[in-house]
Order: sequence, then structure tokens, then C-alpha cells
Amino acid sequence: MSNYNFQVLRAGINTTFQDKGRNNLYHIGIPFSGAMDNRNYLIANYLAGNKKNTTVIEFAYQGPLLKFNGEKICLVITGDVTFNIIKKNLNVEKGNCYQSYYLTDGDQIDILSTNRSVYGYLAVSGGFNVELFWNSSSTNTKARIGANNGEKIKKDSLIEILKPQKIYPLKKLKYFNSKIEQIRIIKGTNYSYFSKDGKKNFLEKKFIVSKLTDRMGMRLEGPKIENIVDTNIRSEGLIKGVIQVPPDGNPIIMLSDHGTIGGYPKIGVVISADYDKLVQLQPGSKIKFKEVSLFEAENLYKIYSMETQNILNQIT
Amino acid sequence: MIKNISNLGDAALYCDFGEEVNKEINSIVINYFNNIKEKKILGITNIAPSYNKLIITFDLSLTNFDKISEIIKGINIKPYENSKNKLIKIPICCDDEFALDIDRLEKNFEISKDQILKTFFSKEYFCYMTGFIAGMPFLGDIDQNIRLKRLETPRVKVPKGSVGITEKFCNIYTFESPGGWNIIGNSPIKVFDKSNKVNPALINPGDTVSFYKINMKEYKNWNE
Repeated sequence: MSNYNFQVLRAGINTTFQDKGRNNLYHIGIPFSGAMDNRNYLIANYLAGNKKNTTVIEFAYQGPLLKFNGEKICLVITGDVTFNIIKKNLNVEKGNCYQSYYLTDGDQIDILSTNRSVYGYLAVSGGFNVELFWNSSSTNTKARIGANNGEKIKKDSLIEILKPQKIYPLKKLKYFNSKIEQIRIIKGTNYSYFSKDGKKNFLEKKFIVSKLTDRMGMRLEGPKIENIVDTNIRSEGLIKGVIQVPPDGNPIIMLSDHGTIGGYPKIGVVISADYDKLVQLQPGSKIKFKEVSLFEAENLYKIYSMETQNILNQIT
Repeated sequence: MIKNISNLGDAALYCDFGEEVNKEINSIVINYFNNIKEKKILGITNIAPSYNKLIITFDLSLTNFDKISEIIKGINIKPYENSKNKLIKIPICCDDEFALDIDRLEKNFEISKDQILKTFFSKEYFCYMTGFIAGMPFLGDIDQNIRLKRLETPRVKVPKGSVGITEKFCNIYTFESPGGWNIIGNSPIKVFDKSNKVNPALINPGDTVSFYKINMKEYKNWNE
């Protein structure tokens, strides 16, 4: 047991441990999970000098208030986040994302909110002392697996920090999260189930992200997408990014903690390159879908990966 | 055999085995699943069998649809090895406290509760797929005489351990979950055990399940 830890003075709304996620368990009902916004997760770890699969804390909307106990750690927050560092002498310093800070014994980090976005990430140099399930710490609250016994981080608990080997130098990165309304998709396997007007609505009209949105899925509201064949299909596998349309005509996008089997027709699938941006859309945001080909989607993913690598290269 | 391969988004292969749903077709799907899994193909991140489909996800930074598609089309599938699958016996208590929908079923089928349960317990069931929530088995086929649709309005919370029937299938809720199946009892055993790192799901696709009845005293004293 390390004597470095965070004392959780406020847990925040949806604060969990996450890493890259876990593979090869769909066939028994366990989805990928993992950090929702992969790029911000990677940047957090690089800025903290960690290996890329190190566990971070993910928070949504309002983050946690944490008090550090120990000698000294290096910490970084990524995303579009407002936070303060409250020194032991109660001096308050406004924090900047993509810039690392040192905390010493008794300092607090107060993560107030994610701005015009949903998820933010906190990484510490060296990482957290957490249990792995099938090679991943990622918390899946539905199946109760992952770090912290598969539960959200709770008030008054202690988060064990792995004592760093050496104090990592402070880093700073100039990076802005671009905002988009347009989400590119590939036609789904049941695209032909929908009426001409339904398809037109899907590709030409705007949808609004509803409040019924979490790590499992994103429900949208907007013009109805009329099904003219069958509102149910035989239950089959789902993957993240699939857009299902239940009988009420309002699309649901499967996100990282989704149920692995579903029986609603699939009208489309969000391309891999746009997933990070999709998950950051707050309830009330508008979405417009644009269809691309598989070939275009693959190229867009190459560009996305290259951009991510360029950002990470600027850090080291 | 696979009738058609298409892409599901940019990072998954959607293999269609035809429209029919029966044990024979599903056994072929599961056989493909086992064969592909054994081959440990570069970039494949998940293989998900269902009644008549197989979805294979892959890491787009390591491979792509065309490459995986070629591999799957050219794959040499060994014949089905029955020995790998298990017969699992599951105890259920069907006291009124657990059998949430038994009255509804009695009314619908116009046969007695005892007759419904007798019919249900008389068969062995094949596991077509596992999922939706961790470890939940989709089992079939139940007798023609006890088939009913899902509830019109699904329950917000189905208790953990509930055993449900709908159409020609039955299942076990491994966690408390929303759901619309007709609940006829509850099993005290751990169908999903996260402390078992090798095989956390008790019932895997291709396994066979038989149910047997226990009373409330046995249920309460159940100790694994």
C-alpha cells in the first residue's frame, strides 16, 4: 500500500477509472469500455510522462474535489475543463488544461466543470494503484468490473497513487478541442428498412442530443425516422458507434459501455475518426449526419491517427 | 456457411449466415467463432456470435475491412467439436415471490402453472449466444405451448437471477437490468462470476442447459 493518495472530498457526477478498454469479451456480453475520448486520454498520459495504457480518472460535467496526501506528484488535466488548484495555505490558482502541475502534501485539486463538452481526464505521473480485470482497469458499472470494484468513485474514499520513481518535469501543450456538429457515418446494415423520407430526415435534418445520454448510449431527438419494413430485427451483436432506430423513430447511438446484443434496425455507424468528437457533445447540442464511403472513412481515420501522433510528438 | 460479408461501419465485419434461426445454423456460427478465435488473427479485437450473424471487430490502426474479409473468406473451418461444449444444470425456485409473470402466462395459455413449469423443465436448452448484459445466455427452443411475446411495457428493473421466457427462447438475468421477458422463477447460482478470470460466464454459446426445480428453503440456503 502506497502512502500517496487522493482523498475524495467530492466525487463529481460520473467519475471513474478508465484506460484503453478491454477486448475479446463481446461474446460473453462485455463491451470495450475505456476512455470515451481516446485522444484526450492519450494526451493526458503523455503529458504526465506515462505509458499510453496507464489508468486515468475520467469525469463528466462536474469533476471531483481531491486532496493530495504524500510528498509530491505531477498531475495534468485534459479536455475543456475549468479547475482550480487549492494550495495547502488556501491560495487558489486557476488551472490550465494541457499543462502539468506539481501537488505537494495537503494541496487540493477542484475540478469544477467541463465546458461545452462532456468528458475530461486527470492523469498523474506513475498512475494509480488499481486492479485489472482482463488486462484493463476500465470501470464498467453495469457488469461491476474494473477498478474500484466496478463502481464510480465515491465521496470519502481514498484513491491510491503509485509513488512516482522520479518527479517528472512540467510540460505544456498548445491544443484546442475543435467543436463540430457534423458527424460522419457509414450506412448501416438495415438502411433499406427506412422510408425515403426517413432516410432524408436522417441525412439532411438536425438532431438534438437528449438528456438520456451516458457512457452506454446517446439518445437523439428530432424528425422521426420512419421504418417501413420491420421495427425489430433478430437480436444480434452491437458495436460502439452503431445507430439503432427503435419503433418510436428516435435514433440511439451505442457508446463505449453499450449492451452487446440488440434487436433494433441499424441505420448507420459513426466512423471511427469522429467518435471522440461525438462523445463530447452535451445534451442539447445539435448533430447533423453526413454519409461517407468505407474508403473515405478509412482515410479519415488515417488522418485522425496522424493528427493524434503529431500532437503526442510535440510533447516528448 | 457464410452467405454474405459486409462492413458494419469502418471497423467491423458483418457475416450473415442466412435468415433462418435454428440450432444447426447457430452451431455453424459458433463453430466459425471458435475457429477464428483460435487463429488469433492480427488486429481482431472481438468476435460476437448471435443466432445467425457473426460480427468481427478490428483495430483500424492495424488492419482494415478488405484484409480481414479476405482472411475470413479463405479460412479453413474445422468440423464442429462437440466435446468442447458443456451440459450445465441450473436450479430455479419458482415460488410466487419469484415467478412474476406466471399468472399472466396461465391466463394466456389456459393451462395450469404446474403444467407450464412441467413443460419448461422437461427440455434441455441450447445456448445460441451470450450477451446484452455480461454473461446473459439466450437459450432455446422452448415448447410450442408456452411461447409468448415480451411484456408490452418492459420492467425498469428485473431482479438479478430471474429466469425469463419469450417466444421460443429463455434466459437468465445475470444482473438487475431493465427487461421485458416473462419471468417464471429465480436461480441462486452465479451465472456470471467476475472472480473467475479464465471463464467468467458459466454458459457459453454452444453449451446445453437443463433446469431443475428447488424449493424456497433450498434457494435460501444455496451455497456455492
